[in-house]
Amino acid sequence: MSSGPDIEETQTLQIPTRGRMERLVDHMKKDWQLYVLLLPTLIWLLVFLYKPMYGLQIAFKDYSIFRGVAASPWIGFEHFETLFNSEGFMRALRNTIAISFWSLLIGFPMPIFLALMFNEILHRKFKSTAQTIVYLPHFISSVIIAGIVITAFSPGAGIVNTVMGWFGLDPIYFLTKPEWFRPIFIGTTIWQEAGFQSIVFLAAIAGVSPTLYESAVVDGASRWQMMWKITIPSILPTIIIMLIIRIGNMLEVSFEMIILLYQPSTYETADVVNTFIYRQGLQNGQYDFAAAAGLFNAVVAFVLVIGANTIAKRFSRTSLW
Amino acid sequence: MANLNLYSRSDKRFVLINMFLIAIFTISTMYPFIYIASLSLSSGFAARAGQVVLTPIDTTIEAYKYILSQRMFWVSYGNTFFYTIFGTITSLLFLIPGAYALSRPQLYGRRFFNLMVAFTMWFNAGLIPFFLNMRDLGLLDSYIGILIGFAVNGFNLILLRNFFEGVPSSFEEAARMDGANDFQVLWKVYMPLAKPAIATVALFCLVSRWNGFFWAMVLLRDEEKIPLQVYLRHTIATLSNDDEFGATLIDAPYSVETVSAAIIVCSIIPVLIVYPFIQKYFEKGIMLGGVKE
Repeated sequence: MSSGPDIEETQTLQIPTRGRMERLVDHMKKDWQLYVLLLPTLIWLLVFLYKPMYGLQIAFKDYSIFRGVAASPWIGFEHFETLFNSEGFMRALRNTIAISFWSLLIGFPMPIFLALMFNEILHRKFKSTAQTIVYLPHFISSVIIAGIVITAFSPGAGIVNTVMGWFGLDPIYFLTKPEWFRPIFIGTTIWQEAGFQSIVFLAAIAGVSPTLYESAVVDGASRWQMMWKITIPSILPTIIIMLIIRIGNMLEVSFEMIILLYQPSTYETADVVNTFIYRQGLQNGQYDFAAAAGLFNAVVAFVLVIGANTIAKRFSRTSLW
Repeated sequence: MANLNLYSRSDKRFVLINMFLIAIFTISTMYPFIYIASLSLSSGFAARAGQVVLTPIDTTIEAYKYILSQRMFWVSYGNTFFYTIFGTITSLLFLIPGAYALSRPQLYGRRFFNLMVAFTMWFNAGLIPFFLNMRDLGLLDSYIGILIGFAVNGFNLILLRNFFEGVPSSFEEAARMDGANDFQVLWKVYMPLAKPAIATVALFCLVSRWNGFFWAMVLLRDEEKIPLQVYLRHTIATLSNDDEFGATLIDAPYSVETVSAAIIVCSIIPVLIVYPFIQKYFEKGIMLGGVKE
């Protein structure tokens, strides 16, 4: 508790007020090899991540490919006005929030349940086999997952409609129906990621002191009671931190999967901010307008992530140590 | 511990219900893959009629014959191997030296550089500026663009840096006593020690390269350069919309569904082959990377 903040403070106070350049030159002379090692990564970051940030100014410009980023004329907030007056963008924003909200509500508890259940399995071979299988979909590409979903939900040959046929239900062309898009998308992402996300919680459970369980066994506690009275309270800090981080990443809907699964007939429930940007910018060539939508997205995401990190850090400091 | 007799009756029930639920979840994870594999081995007629549920119906390998006879399948498969292998090597060439330098306490400006890395994880310029930047750099439709443009990733860099930071400084001091310079310390001392962390990062790179789709679709125009995932996407999309292809299929022993399933199987197999190695390392990797900033 005491050492963490202290180190940070002394480091921030250490900023030299005088002779900074000279000091830098001295360090460069002494540790030049380290700077050589750092240089490729540093240049990469500047060229591929920081230069695009400079390019973001086109959100405030009438961008023309021929003039380039710097020479295009400034037009202020015009793109943002168009953005907030466009039904397409507002719909994408609403969809993003709705899809993240439902993914969070249904998707967040799943890996916790899984971790608790895995922890209760005593048969080692069974446990490791099951874990191997449920982690697997995380490593499969979204194209393949989408391919499986498209095949399984197809109206003629798909297994879902086949099974519905057994119960006398009429076939549904699921992927063209706006009301089915979100359940299918959210279900797919949970199916793909829940197993993998349980790892964090399993690690937290592994950190619980065994003596707690030993004394509970002596007191005659059942496994159910131990799960509720020991395991869950012990991993609660991890759960809360993961929840905060997850809320911080709210806007990061996996749009790659959406691009693969949506179609014009489902845009009304499926189109999120990033897919909107993709269509307007990369498909229709409205770079400046799409960049404005991207900037809005990035700023909101930044505020959310920083807020979440700050809260998570404060929380972990007071409750974990 | 594994002896059920040690537990009371309610415990036994609890354990059994729990195993049952886990079994259901595991089976529901596995089932779609089994379904696709069976579909790929069924006749086109059975697939179209929706007869395939668990095992192949009218077992045939015609769908595979069709796919393996497509030149573009082999071209894209080759491209994916190229992007995966050289992309991972490119990433490691950036990440290992960069992460090592960032982990050294004596690096002047270390806090600033680390903040620079962390900031890229919080704020992203977005799709459009990244795309325009790639275009301005002349990296559209180029192998080099794909290899270099996605070489560094903040998460992997921080994961590796955290590992290097965790190595006791006595290793470095001992090497320094023997007169080693920074390059030698990295190469002879830290690289061998960091093998598990490097393997973890390499596997993360391999998987994300193998699965990479979106930017390959956006940046590559030339068909000869597209990776398997883009080809897979094209095929599934065009097969199911292309009436002409549908018409030629009436008498064919394969169908849109079986052909799509066959490509999916061909593209999963390499992942399954490296998966045991991935599994060995990724749990460690997650925990190493868990401590961000």
